[in-house]
Amino acid sequence: MLSYAIRRLLIAIPTLFIVITVAFFMMRIAPGGPFDQERALPPEIEKNIKAAYDLDKPLIEQYAIYIGKLFQGDFGPSIKIRDFSVAELIMAGAPASMQLGLTAIAIALVFGVGFGTYAALRQNSAVDFAVMGIAMIGIAIPNFVMAPLLSLVFGLYLSILPTAGWGDGEIQYKILPIIALALPQIAYIARLTRGSMVEVLHSNYIRTARAKGLREKLVVNRHAIKGALLPVVSYLGPATAAVMTGSVVIESIFGVPGIGTYFIKAALNRDYPLVMGVVIVYAVMIIMLNFLVDMVYGLLDPKLKSN
Amino acid sequence: MMNKSEKTAMLEAAGAPVEIEGRSLWRDARIRLFRNKAAVGSMIILGIITLLAVFAPLLSPYAYDQIDWGYIQEGPNWENGHIFGTDGNGRDLFIRVLFGARVSLAVGLLATSVSLVIGVTYGAVAGFFGGKIDNIMMRFVDVLYSLPFMFFVIMLMVVFGRNIFLIFVALGAVEWLTMARIVRGQTLSLRRREFIEAAHATGVSNFKIIFRHIIPNVLGPVIVYMTLTIPQVILTESFLSFLGLGVQEPLTSWGVLISEGAKVIEASTWMLIYPAVFLALTLFCFNFIGDGLRDALDPKDR
Repeated sequence: MLSYAIRRLLIAIPTLFIVITVAFFMMRIAPGGPFDQERALPPEIEKNIKAAYDLDKPLIEQYAIYIGKLFQGDFGPSIKIRDFSVAELIMAGAPASMQLGLTAIAIALVFGVGFGTYAALRQNSAVDFAVMGIAMIGIAIPNFVMAPLLSLVFGLYLSILPTAGWGDGEIQYKILPIIALALPQIAYIARLTRGSMVEVLHSNYIRTARAKGLREKLVVNRHAIKGALLPVVSYLGPATAAVMTGSVVIESIFGVPGIGTYFIKAALNRDYPLVMGVVIVYAVMIIMLNFLVDMVYGLLDPKLKSN
Repeated sequence: MMNKSEKTAMLEAAGAPVEIEGRSLWRDARIRLFRNKAAVGSMIILGIITLLAVFAPLLSPYAYDQIDWGYIQEGPNWENGHIFGTDGNGRDLFIRVLFGARVSLAVGLLATSVSLVIGVTYGAVAGFFGGKIDNIMMRFVDVLYSLPFMFFVIMLMVVFGRNIFLIFVALGAVEWLTMARIVRGQTLSLRRREFIEAAHATGVSNFKIIFRHIIPNVLGPVIVYMTLTIPQVILTESFLSFLGLGVQEPLTSWGVLISEGAKVIEASTWMLIYPAVFLALTLFCFNFIGDGLRDALDPKDR
């Protein structure tokens, strides 16, 4: 188990490195730059500004400088949002994004597994069809449609929640964005859980558990759930990625001051350091969660444990 | 009591060869699929949407980029022919939704084909050669899996401009990973089978074995996964378009229409509702067909 963990961790480092490298060069080979304007700057001034951000050096050298600074924890200054460093901007935006993302995943897990198990235990009953039908709707309605609808219904028609904004981070501002982020994942996880639960409930070891006279509750909670959760656990990696990309849209719809909103604006403005910073933060979060998922998987799956 | 000749006749009749029609795996699957009402209904609805998209220009008196100055952002109205209403530029929403369908369906099919070609070839090669090659190739897939891919796609769109061809390639390049894993798993279990060994023994080249013997035998799971990839691609394209990174004006897609509608949702709900319903319906149908196909091709007790 330990060597497995170390091996996984060793893969994570080059992965992150690849992300940084690809993102860096992709931004730079793009046409256009951060100082393109309607009115061209006088050449001397443009030269000075570029020199200030090291943009006049050859690409490889810029890359080396960037990586060097990154190792010291320096993400560089934002080019477009004056007087702010990328680290400051990320520190300001990350708490909101993290709260939304992590809460959404937690909610999706609890409700998804709950509904899925419930439906599986009553396979082919009316409840089962109802749950799966609703789950299908959750998958077919993308979150960028769900979000405006939610804010229309709860914010405008019912007027019980604010339509957008963040206030001082009070709970009522967070409810709608979290629901919009979590709904598709709840639906997906419920379907996944139901499918694997049904399969597990027909397997031999569950028949054995029933045959020796265990109560149904114990059979499900102690024996079946462990096997049924394996596909759900391995889906958590992609789910995190989906929630994070979703948050880019959700944050801009609900006006949440998170890092997702920076990303698109910065990419369009060619604010190189800010784009890099946001990509790195997201990549680290996804890689870390993937690592955690692999560890949990190793604990749950006896076949992996013995290796 | 029957007499002897009657008995012989009956015996002969019983012994006569009965016409038995062989049922192939595919025929079986087709029968099971057509018994699935949700899947059949979905196929019909998708067929209708496709027909509407193909014949779109014939179905409305307005062109998709034609501005009707008399009706700017007006609600649905059967009398003036704007049955879905008009958008903020006075363009007919019905025809725009149908043109959006063209783009969305085309992106879905083409990007999925790209992912299909890459994924199936990659997976089959990895599984067929096995050992070290397999190990390296699948590690590479693992690494790609943990990258925040959507961010790269977004960057790609920002960086290289909104080129519809690029959307196909970018989405196809993202979606092939799972396909490669599925095909590789299937291939691993196929490559030690007798018919592959026989092919080796008769001197068929590796290339030919992969494309003539392995790939046709993994088509079942591939088709199922393909049907589930199409809605995913359509969804991703809509997502990009929603962010303003997809197709460009005056051309449109469902994502673009939804994003326009979302901005004016309070005043003009119809501008969100119609494209959203078409998008959701399409995703719905593809998912149901995918489920139906899975049940039909892999009839485990579900």
